[in-house]
Amino acid sequence: MTETFYEVLRRQGITRRSFLKFCSLTATSLGLGSAAAPRIAHAMETKPRTPVLWLHGLECTCCSESFIRSAHPLTKDVVLSMLSLDYDDTLMAAAGHQAEAILDEVKKKYKGQYIVAVEGNPPLNEDGMFCIQGGRPFVEKLKETCADAKAIISWGACASYGCVQAAKPNPTRATPVHKVITGKPIINVPGCPPIAEVMTGVVTYMLTFDRIPELDRQGRPKMFYGQRIHDKCYRRGHFDAGQFAEAWDDEGSRKGYCLYKMGCKGPTTYNACSSMRWNGGVSWPVQSGHGCIGCSEDGFWDKGSFYDRVTDIKAFGVESNADTIGKAAAGTVGAAIAAHAAVTALARARQKAGESEKVSENQGEK
Amino acid sequence: MLSQQDMLEAERHGKQVRSIYVYEAPVRLWHWINALAMVVLAVTGYFIGLPLPTMPGEASDNFLMGYIRFAHFAAAYIFAIGLLGRIYWAFVGNHHAKQIFKLPITNRQWWSEVFFELRWYLFLEKTPKKYVGHNPMAQLMMFFFFTVLAVGMVFTGFALYSEGAGLGTWSDTLFGWVIPALGGSLQVHNLHRLGMWIMMTFAVIHIYAAIREDIMSRQSLISTMISGWRMFKD
Repeated sequence: MTETFYEVLRRQGITRRSFLKFCSLTATSLGLGSAAAPRIAHAMETKPRTPVLWLHGLECTCCSESFIRSAHPLTKDVVLSMLSLDYDDTLMAAAGHQAEAILDEVKKKYKGQYIVAVEGNPPLNEDGMFCIQGGRPFVEKLKETCADAKAIISWGACASYGCVQAAKPNPTRATPVHKVITGKPIINVPGCPPIAEVMTGVVTYMLTFDRIPELDRQGRPKMFYGQRIHDKCYRRGHFDAGQFAEAWDDEGSRKGYCLYKMGCKGPTTYNACSSMRWNGGVSWPVQSGHGCIGCSEDGFWDKGSFYDRVTDIKAFGVESNADTIGKAAAGTVGAAIAAHAAVTALARARQKAGESEKVSENQGEK
Repeated sequence: MLSQQDMLEAERHGKQVRSIYVYEAPVRLWHWINALAMVVLAVTGYFIGLPLPTMPGEASDNFLMGYIRFAHFAAAYIFAIGLLGRIYWAFVGNHHAKQIFKLPITNRQWWSEVFFELRWYLFLEKTPKKYVGHNPMAQLMMFFFFTVLAVGMVFTGFALYSEGAGLGTWSDTLFGWVIPALGGSLQVHNLHRLGMWIMMTFAVIHIYAAIREDIMSRQSLISTMISGWRMFKD
């Protein structure tokens, strides 16, 4: 048995008062209300720390960069006290065989008890040769490590959806984790990177309640991905009023009007940026004057320009947006109808002339 | 003498102008309400995707996008509920009311008449055939470009509506799955807009064909959708 969170915290000289403060802060940041604070405290006093193995596939480490900047709870608290981060090749001190041995050890000792956090994804082309770790393809390491895991967290757009390395034409066949690992609960935490507090929040929830958070249809935690950027955007009032920035340097832009016309993807993006913000609540993209690019949405690299609202649809090898196709179709059909009507009128006039000739002939006979 | 001649004329004419009751009142009512809803939906939808120039003054004094979206959602409810009512009427109404919901694709005669109609529209046939309901070509077009497309627009539309309504609402429960199935929210927005263009293009063809046939095929079309009676002029 490993130590409980509380034992570790006390050993580090943290007072009970600070510990309880941390519990209520965590309860609030998870949106659970004050009643959950004692439950979190109780869980942390009684539960052993859960081992977490953090794997890195094809990725840029922006998820790790984000994670280590978490302010509520502080990453220091999460990493040193709450979870037992037994393996993370970017952060750990051990290296080489020593490091790889930990994977086997945890796998045996905590069978079915540990959590695998995956940053990045495995490329499947050429038998996975595009991502080699410890002399073998990452996809093998991922499959082996996940085999005895309790649950898997897919960090970021890479692990959840594939991100830039899976963008068309995806030469390495980078594949999201949930398409490689089956039969295990997988929590998708998309974003490029995800918000630090969302990451620590998901971990805290899983460790304190010993269950995975409630997920939506795409496997994302509802508490952080239940609403769009647009639904909680502080510029929403300008959207409803019909006040938009129409150029990066116009009056509307200076006044902080809605960035919808500048291609903001807030209305089509599920994330917590507009409510939790970034860097400890300092700012977030829309607040700094740039529209959302939709980095937590599936395949956002392949969904057309970041600066258009009506973006290109890729189909049949052609790239065109709905308005271009629609106007072309309506124009063609309009012209065709005009021509058709003209031909009809001509044909009818000729037919009528023929008929009246016949009529006059008949009258002549009479 | 003249009045007597007029009466005779009218009587003979009366024998020639035969009429059949085609469209029952609910179908006619639905047609025009639906047409109005489509106009509102297309115009407001266009401006939701590409909004009007920015509004001056304080945000609290304006609610333009709010009103445009309200009109869109209100018309969408009318369109969707109307479509449901129309589907119900396909079951209880006369056999013409079923035409736009099912195609007799196994009927060879029907297919040959589809091609006959195609030739007629291409000026390759001199005299048109007469139909009490839709002609086979019109039926085919109506099925794909109205019925199927309208169902698609309702599904994508309510899926997008559910994004604002929130998780767990009825629209999310019924239509929320459409969003990941079609490749994300932005993709659904784009497809919904493309659907609008297809429907509008079809509406143009529909109106043109109705006016043209009204003149050319010597039977009533436009007034039929008002009175319900199809008149044959010779």
